[in-house]
Amino acid sequence: MAAITVPVAEDIIGPTPGQRLRKRILGHRGVMIGSVILGIIILMAVLAPLIAPYDPYEQTLTNRLVPPVWADAGSWTHPLGTDGLGRDYLSRLMYGAQISLFIGFATALISGVIGTIMGVAAGYFGGRVDLVVTFLITCRLSMPVILVSLAVVALVGSSLTVVVTVLGVLLWDRYAVVMRSATMQVRSLDYVAAASAAGCSTWRILVSEILPNVMNPLIVVATLEVAHAVLLEAALSFLGLGVQPPLPSWGLMISEGKDYLLFDAWLITIPGICLFALLLAINLLGDGVRDVTAPENRS
Amino acid sequence: MSPTTTSATPPVLETRDLHCTFQVRQGMFKPKKPLHAVNGISLKVHKGEVLGLVGESGCGKSTFARILLGLQKATAGDVRIDGHATTDFTRKQISRRIQPIFQDPYSSLNPRKTIGTIITLPLSVHGVGDPSSWRGTVEKMMDLCGLPKRVYDSFPNQLSGGQRQRVAIARALVMRPEVVICDEPTSALDVSVQSQILNLLQDLRAELGLTYVLISHNLAVVEHMATSVAVMYLGRIVEQTDTDTLFRAPKHPYTEALLASVLTPEPGKGVPDAQLGATFPNPINPPPGCTFHTRCPKVMDVCRQIAPREITIDGSTVECHLHDRQLNAA
Repeated sequence: MAAITVPVAEDIIGPTPGQRLRKRILGHRGVMIGSVILGIIILMAVLAPLIAPYDPYEQTLTNRLVPPVWADAGSWTHPLGTDGLGRDYLSRLMYGAQISLFIGFATALISGVIGTIMGVAAGYFGGRVDLVVTFLITCRLSMPVILVSLAVVALVGSSLTVVVTVLGVLLWDRYAVVMRSATMQVRSLDYVAAASAAGCSTWRILVSEILPNVMNPLIVVATLEVAHAVLLEAALSFLGLGVQPPLPSWGLMISEGKDYLLFDAWLITIPGICLFALLLAINLLGDGVRDVTAPENRS
Repeated sequence: MSPTTTSATPPVLETRDLHCTFQVRQGMFKPKKPLHAVNGISLKVHKGEVLGLVGESGCGKSTFARILLGLQKATAGDVRIDGHATTDFTRKQISRRIQPIFQDPYSSLNPRKTIGTIITLPLSVHGVGDPSSWRGTVEKMMDLCGLPKRVYDSFPNQLSGGQRQRVAIARALVMRPEVVICDEPTSALDVSVQSQILNLLQDLRAELGLTYVLISHNLAVVEHMATSVAVMYLGRIVEQTDTDTLFRAPKHPYTEALLASVLTPEPGKGVPDAQLGATFPNPINPPPGCTFHTRCPKVMDVCRQIAPREITIDGSTVECHLHDRQLNAA
């Protein structure tokens, strides 16, 4: 019996933070579903040049409006059929994913950087900085995004870069509002005072004390904004002022399909469902990431 | 341990006529009004002392602590460390000598960082020694504060309140500061843990030769820990003396009332009546004369008009007309 060793406190080492994080991710259904869908769409976009069965720009006018495989007249040569110009719909969908995702993430990134800097500065420094930022937010909120981007696109001409830039510069308001209030909350906590009393520079406090603790709302807003940007791009393309044909963005595909709505509804349904799945996946993932990384769920 | 024996060396921490005034907006179109959170505090703390600072909520204790730590600028007067005014120091230089321990260990530790990172932070900010030695230093300090090594990689929310407070203490002491400002170090903790933390603070003081400024409204804690006590009322120190004298023979009526308000464990005695009657006055509109006169049971006519001056009797200082012999003789 003497052989039984009692574990010393030092020996009981729990799982490392990384292991715990992995376990929480695997246990969260929303994250799993969201990342699987998003993963498929991203894979589809990245591997489009390799796996797309046809050139998305190649028109075969003899093969116009072939219905998808599940319709009576469908065949596996064009699994999702062809559009009004005889282009393979599956290939266009894959290349379109590239563009929609690029616009979504690039816009969310640009506006995220602008909005976070403004919001954190306003929340942390307060006073005059806060006044200026709040004024800018109010100005921004008084401008309708669609109208302004329509006007800019009409003036400058439409291209992918213009759409991304315009949306990026217009969509920072939610970041700024949320980051401002989140920062104000965190700033008043004792650990910020402790870091300050430990001699940290303002920059260090912002980067290592404030930013990590406003990450949760930031992630949630960022995912919402990715979805928002994808939708806005679709709307702009639908109005003919977003991505220009023949580039295959999902919004543009919906727009091009609208003429065939009555007889060949799949032209709208397919990109529409993809758009819906993408937005759902992003939102699920955003919510899930918040749940998983929140300190209160760490125990 | 009495203040008089060490008076030859300059006090390790001293404030001279410290003021801190906030401009408070009363409404959108009303002019701002000054709020004197700290209204002329002069204190001396000698090495090895524990100065207890007591007073009601809102009397300016925490603002005073923030000024000492360099987190808040004083509007007038100065704080001196070893005789040097801290206005000449940067926040970083102050932080090597004065460190805080906060009230609430649930908000004083960054929830995103591991315990090890939290305690290492001061070392890395000041670039003490070489980074490979930090872990050793931190673990030694954790050991001193009664924390097991295995929590090094834990996050704050995996620890209990008492352990968190130990982490906060370890973080404050890892730079070996001279003065530690303890802002209600135990009031957010369970009663059973409070005494552990207080004993830890006592032991560390002896071991590391620390000086404490202990802010508390728990008089039992102050009596147990402090070598001298300052009583604060509406931004001013109304009485300051060594602990024994204060608890044995309080001079200021406010101190008397504070001591009378302490609850006894005796059942059936009910809640003590401190005879303070009216509520804490609005610090934006402090009463004229002696600011305490609205609540003072021994109020005299002169209290309503003239603010009392600082009087020194038997080694303690008091601001009260009752003890002003000149005034009483006149």
